[in-house]
Amino acid sequence: MSENAKDEAVAIPAQSDGTRSEAAGTATLTKDAAPGETLLKVTGLQKHFPIKKGLLQRQVGAVRAVDGIDFEVKSGETLGVVGESGCGKSTMGRLITRLLEPTAGKVEFEGKDITHLGVGGMRPLRRDVQMIFQDPYSSLNPRHTIGTIISAPFKLQGVEPEGGVKKEVQRLLSVVGLNPEHYNRYPHEFSGGQRQRIGIARALALNPKLVVADEPVSALDVSIQAQVVNLLDDLQTELGLTYVIIAHDLSVVRHVSDRIAVMYLGKIMELADRDLLYKTPMHPYTKALMSAVPIPDPARKSTKSERILLKGDVPSPISPPSGCRFHTRCWKATEICKTTEPPLKELRPGQQVACHHPENFEDQAPQDVVLLSDAKEAAELVSEKALAESAQTSAAVAAEAEAGTDRAEDAATGAEAGAGSAGSAGSAGSAGSAGSAGSAESAESAESAESADEEPPAKEK
Amino acid sequence: MTDLSKSGAAVGEPTGTSPTPKAFLEVRDLKVHFPTDDGLVKSVDGLSFQLEKGKTLGIVGESGSGKSVTSLGIMGLHTAGQYGRRKAQISGEIWLDGTELLSADPDEVRKLRGRQMSMIFQDPLSALHPYYTIGQQIVEAYRVHHDVDKKTAKRRAVEMLDRVGIPQPDKRVDSYPHEFSGGMRQRAMIAMSLVNNPELLIADEPTTALDVTVQAQILDLIRDLQTEFGSAVIIITHDLGVVAELADDLLVMYGGRCVERGPAEKVFYEPRHPYTWGLLGSMPRLDRDQQERLIPVKGSPPSLINLPSGCAFNPRCPYADVPKDDVTRTVRPELAEVGSKHWAACHMSQEQRERIWTEEIAPKL
Repeated sequence: MSENAKDEAVAIPAQSDGTRSEAAGTATLTKDAAPGETLLKVTGLQKHFPIKKGLLQRQVGAVRAVDGIDFEVKSGETLGVVGESGCGKSTMGRLITRLLEPTAGKVEFEGKDITHLGVGGMRPLRRDVQMIFQDPYSSLNPRHTIGTIISAPFKLQGVEPEGGVKKEVQRLLSVVGLNPEHYNRYPHEFSGGQRQRIGIARALALNPKLVVADEPVSALDVSIQAQVVNLLDDLQTELGLTYVIIAHDLSVVRHVSDRIAVMYLGKIMELADRDLLYKTPMHPYTKALMSAVPIPDPARKSTKSERILLKGDVPSPISPPSGCRFHTRCWKATEICKTTEPPLKELRPGQQVACHHPENFEDQAPQDVVLLSDAKEAAELVSEKALAESAQTSAAVAAEAEAGTDRAEDAATGAEAGAGSAGSAGSAGSAGSAGSAGSAESAESAESAESADEEPPAKEK
Repeated sequence: MTDLSKSGAAVGEPTGTSPTPKAFLEVRDLKVHFPTDDGLVKSVDGLSFQLEKGKTLGIVGESGSGKSVTSLGIMGLHTAGQYGRRKAQISGEIWLDGTELLSADPDEVRKLRGRQMSMIFQDPLSALHPYYTIGQQIVEAYRVHHDVDKKTAKRRAVEMLDRVGIPQPDKRVDSYPHEFSGGMRQRAMIAMSLVNNPELLIADEPTTALDVTVQAQILDLIRDLQTEFGSAVIIITHDLGVVAELADDLLVMYGGRCVERGPAEKVFYEPRHPYTWGLLGSMPRLDRDQQERLIPVKGSPPSLINLPSGCAFNPRCPYADVPKDDVTRTVRPELAEVGSKHWAACHMSQEQRERIWTEEIAPKL
């Protein structure tokens, strides 16, 4: 029944949208960028916020909120961006909508460089790029009626929709599932979910090509959250919108996105198709992030086995760690992670990863076999099963890459290691890795330090 | 304190119509109403539950369902922040270890608060005082209930900070809240609430303000501490994932009342209230294959001033017309047992609900 209500709500735009495309002229004519074409391209994007001190306001440092990221958004798709607070995902959203000016790098929208356009230069593009904000309470002016709020884009852009602004606003209200009669009401008369719908109506007013939604549902209750997620879904189908959805909730992001970028300290760690990312995450951070999501299934309560806890907190973006930014908290980190920053490489079609020792894939730096002391500490918080998986995958694939002749044999050992570690009684070949996993779990750091010499070879062989 | 628990029955007698309960915590017909200019806000309107030591009760519901007010009521904090003319009205019975709290002397309750029962708040930044160091705040919490000198109390504070996993506790004890990250602040809050070894711990959205990775750390910590101290825990949240991790029993609130209560497994696997179905359907889940579409609950949560007549959920319930004679819109359903230790308040017959759940709802989740 709720389904029906929703379907009714979207049936309205479908009809009235036809009349609108003639009316709105330029805005819709260019709209038909074929799905799959690159709509937005970002290269080397950086935003450093200067930290100034003293009388002369000399710059003493910078918060490197976004520190060199590259990605593309194709027309008609949804790119999800996840990460912990402070990872720069919101700044990224503000950069691509050009609410902020990048420190370096390039933002191209439909092939046009918009990196350093001024306010005037951006104005014509504003109708194509719209934003939905997180907090439905602070993003609507309390002293304006809903009608004024939603019609503001028309006034600013000098667009006169056919049938008048009021009629168009009322159409938009019905598109997002609100009562068109509420045109003259004020934001305080609406609930959080309804306000978010108002924000969405405003974003849709000019028929944008790209909608950047920054945490569109995180301020809403679960039941309302589902309504808004479905609404965004429906609007995309009906209007062919392209979304960049920024959120910290991994289950919501998985639900709405086609591709997902995982950010950590201003960098993209992994950028992959949704199913690849959730089924075979390659970056250890992605894996840790996903294992941390509580699963609404009480049967899993006792099985803490898959959990990977991360040690400590996210380091400061003022002085991010050298090399790979995740190396201070990663249980697989080696010397190379500390010294060399891994590039974001497409290791598998549709899956780009920036990691020297990815999960579920061939080791990118197999020569590096000694774990950092930080990594050993981090491993103590990693569940036995996850640790065994890590050791196993990299040992097995590394063997495969290295081996000419013993390929078959090593594969066999790898398989045994898999079977053995499940029962936590290793075969001869996997004794090293299984043993180290066990010792790390029982937090006997002395033993794990001892076994460190033997562990990595076991892992890398 | 010991005196108090002995005289508990006596304290309870004037209002207590029924004998002292056996459960460690028993709440009977709790009502918390707030008079406002617009009318009486019935935040909690007749709530009953029990909780044993060593067990965890999860209270779930949307914002405005009364879950936080319930916890404030138990702690006796529902009047906090209200100055002057209009006082919150509270009625019912709250029995904590043989003591009835509502009719007890406020001074006696104050002795229990922080010692026998304590609370972890949602936002650690606003719950910690910015002017005092973490150590000072923990020391204060300890010395209110223990007659010890500052040195001993500080040692205790360091010990607690260490216990909740704050690195270098002897140094960090002198830090101010703003020097801590969100996760560390929440740990410090937990240290503060556990410093007196409380037997009842109420955690009100303890992880809502935190990132998932930190959330996982905090949930693990709460679980470990409970095993260690054997306290009773009430965890209040809107996140079904969080309660599934921690709770033994579950209480689903809607419009200030309990709509379903039972062991966590029962409520998750055999829910018997349409609102619980709605909550389960609204959630995108990582442990399942991609759902085509979420099944939201239509409409929005009710106003607590003007609750819909009959079943408070009826305007949003897809099955409101299933029971005959419009009974959902006229009669308020009472909690009825639907299984062992499992109650739900719905007008539909058990068979109808069982059929709808197994045939219509469960397959879509």
